Amino acid sequence: MKIYIPLDSAAVALGADALAAAVAAEARRLDREVEIIRNGSRGMVWLEPLVEVVTPQGRIGFGPMTPADVPGLFADLAVHPKALGPVEELPWMKGQTRLTFARVGIIDPLSLADYEAEGGLSGLRKAVAMDPAAIVAEVTASGLRGRGGAGFPTGIKWKTVSEAVADRKYIVCNADEGDSATFADRMLMEGDPFTLIEGMIIAGLATGATKGFVYIRSEYPVAIRVMEEACRLARAAGLLGGSVLGSGPAFDIEIRVGAGAYVCGEETSLLNSLEGKRGVVRAKPPLPALEGFLGRPTVVNNVISLASVPVIFEKGAAFYKDFGLGRSRGTIPLQIAGNVRFGGLYEVAFGLTLGDIVDGIAGGCATGRPVKAVQVGGPLGAYHPRSEFDTPFGYEEFAGKDGLIGHAGLTVFDDSADMLKQARFAMEFCAIESCGKCTPCRIGAVRGVETVDRIAKGDAAAIPLLTDLCVTMKSGSLCALGGFTPYPVMSALTHFPDDFARSKEAAE
Amino acid sequence: MKDFIIPDRDFGTPAAKSKQMVTLSIDGFDVTVPEGTSIMRAAAEAGIQVPKLCATDSVDAFGSCRLCLVEIEGRNGTPASCTTPVAPGLKVHTQTGKLKQLRRGVMELYISDHPLDCLTCSANGDCELQDMAGAVGLRDVRYEAVDTHFRARNTSGEANPLYIPRDDSNPYFSYDPQKCIVCSRCVRACEEVQGTFALTIEGRGFDSRVSFGAKPTMRWRRTASPAGLAFRPARRRPCRKSRSSRSARPRTP
Ligand SMILES: Cc1cc2nc3c(=O)[nH]c(=O)nc-3n(C[C@H](O)[C@H](O)[C@H](O)COP(=O)(O)O)c2cc1C
Ligand code: SF4
Ligand code: FES
Repeated sequence: MKIYIPLDSAAVALGADALAAAVAAEARRLDREVEIIRNGSRGMVWLEPLVEVVTPQGRIGFGPMTPADVPGLFADLAVHPKALGPVEELPWMKGQTRLTFARVGIIDPLSLADYEAEGGLSGLRKAVAMDPAAIVAEVTASGLRGRGGAGFPTGIKWKTVSEAVADRKYIVCNADEGDSATFADRMLMEGDPFTLIEGMIIAGLATGATKGFVYIRSEYPVAIRVMEEACRLARAAGLLGGSVLGSGPAFDIEIRVGAGAYVCGEETSLLNSLEGKRGVVRAKPPLPALEGFLGRPTVVNNVISLASVPVIFEKGAAFYKDFGLGRSRGTIPLQIAGNVRFGGLYEVAFGLTLGDIVDGIAGGCATGRPVKAVQVGGPLGAYHPRSEFDTPFGYEEFAGKDGLIGHAGLTVFDDSADMLKQARFAMEFCAIESCGKCTPCRIGAVRGVETVDRIAKGDAAAIPLLTDLCVTMKSGSLCALGGFTPYPVMSALTHFPDDFARSKEAAE
Repeated sequence: MKDFIIPDRDFGTPAAKSKQMVTLSIDGFDVTVPEGTSIMRAAAEAGIQVPKLCATDSVDAFGSCRLCLVEIEGRNGTPASCTTPVAPGLKVHTQTGKLKQLRRGVMELYISDHPLDCLTCSANGDCELQDMAGAVGLRDVRYEAVDTHFRARNTSGEANPLYIPRDDSNPYFSYDPQKCIVCSRCVRACEEVQGTFALTIEGRGFDSRVSFGAKPTMRWRRTASPAGLAFRPARRRPCRKSRSSRSARPRTP
């Protein structure tokens, strides 16, 4: 008997480790032969821990499981109270287009044999036979844009590094994933680490970089462990090391662990941190692509950007580009969180409307109350009211609504949310996480909290001051932490003015 | 001594060394400067002073105060002129309505965390912060600041944890944390000019403040300063001292 139980942190937080122990104990008690495979998560967090039993009918899911449900796994499966049927047939799975996450939840994350059997390494085999300019051209043709937030075309970034002349170049994978409601990077690293490694190797081939770093936040111990083990296995298999696949140039990867500052996800701050310095933002220019890690040309890419590269080479740039909308090509792993009935990861082509996602896929609020607002793109993203639910999910489309898609995290709020409090939270977050280098953010965020507090006390004169402060922060800040904090603040103020119209008496 | 009375003209960022010359337009004037020159320095060479607080031409540009923002035709946003290099054919504007609003916004934030004691301040009349407040036309501060670094007691009468009293125990420098604007000039001068790495910024966000970098090299000062704080950067023009001893640049009266 073969049983899959996720090692994914979300599943573990919901009891997957205890469950795995219970399954092993029950098997011993019944003297049954059971192979337990710790896989990645399928992304249906409300069903975690989701256990899958391999049967002649395919992989049958059971969830959310508790240790009390374990004995039933060794009896008639058809009558198990947590039986969900074949996992692939669940509507959440069937609706998706899994390109980047094709193997996550399916394979044993640390089995290279599983990885290859599911299409892994075929992209790299093609890339290793191509010259750097052709690799860059393929990535450019795919239309892939950075999934870390800024949406910068990945091919153009690689081209800059590829054409730069230097004694050494670097690939840095940004796995700091600090945005609220985001977990795609973690799920991918925990569930299919070789995809990221393969993407980084292809980036190395494209640019002439021979060393890569994965900068993982310290709050991700499972991802750190899986990535370290995967690098070791890749080295032993000749994927990493002196010659990629035995025919390519050298490439190796080192895992580095961040110390918990949100701003260290900002690429220049990350590079400072990687160099062992204070995590403060560097002014640009110079671009990291020309003077990055230790002053050398450096590709800084998000986990998902890099992990989307193998499938582009496996299936071709044209295949990937065929998905999507406008200038947002390919697929995007939506991360649905907050007050929703169905939360988790849903990979789909760009172009679904916000309403399709929130009312459809997420099933509305878990509390059963109406959705009031959705914050898209993490703590620096705008709050969108129902009136914007027709906005298609794409970079330009959200920018057109004074928002951003960021790393594609969505946090849903019901009608009990107080948007003034959310505006205050945005300023407070900025004040806590500010690196302190530039004035609009260092002092502005603190004044922002104080100004929202005045509004809460019924001081309507403070509203234009808050608006002016947002202008100063938006256009004056050195980086997007101070520069984008006005998005949540101004969207809350613009779309929900009633929450800011506090009367003096009510406040007292 | 003369330097302290008639300081050198400050071009904002160090001179570029390139032989390649670049011509651009700043506020309608054509300016030709070596490649790699900052827009701020190019403007200064043309006699156009862009407001600034963190830049000074004896250390590399840093881009932290955000007063020197400019607009460039065909480019998005408002880049800082101290960290943005010139490029052929750029059309730069240093005075627009938008820039005026932003600079005033930044100054309003600075002053919201600064004591309003100019008349009794020893730097009165020789203070870049005061000059810039005037240059950007800041008249009043609308914030009702609760958190500050300059009030010994907060609004409810409790001791302000952010308050650090002025330290005069060093004969050459004095450090007044109430007046420090965290421009990092002193930290950068220690690094880039003196090569001593004596100072750093400690804490982050609003808590950022100047402090010792390499404690062991400063340890001897502990005896001289039981309070622990010893080496103190000057509040104003911390780089003048190092520069006056090494530069032979012609002075403008
Ligand atoms: C405050 C701040 C935090 C950021 N955090 C992250 C992060 O956690 N992960 C990430 O990939 N990008 C983050 N970014 C964006 C990076 O600066 C950078 O744009 C990105 O890593 C580039 O990779 P991409 O082109 O693949 O998106 C952050 C940016 C800012 C301003
Ligand atoms: S905006 Fe904030 S985080 Fe970014 S450089 Fe300025 S102070 Fe640092
Ligand atoms: S002078 Fe350019 S940012 Fe301070």
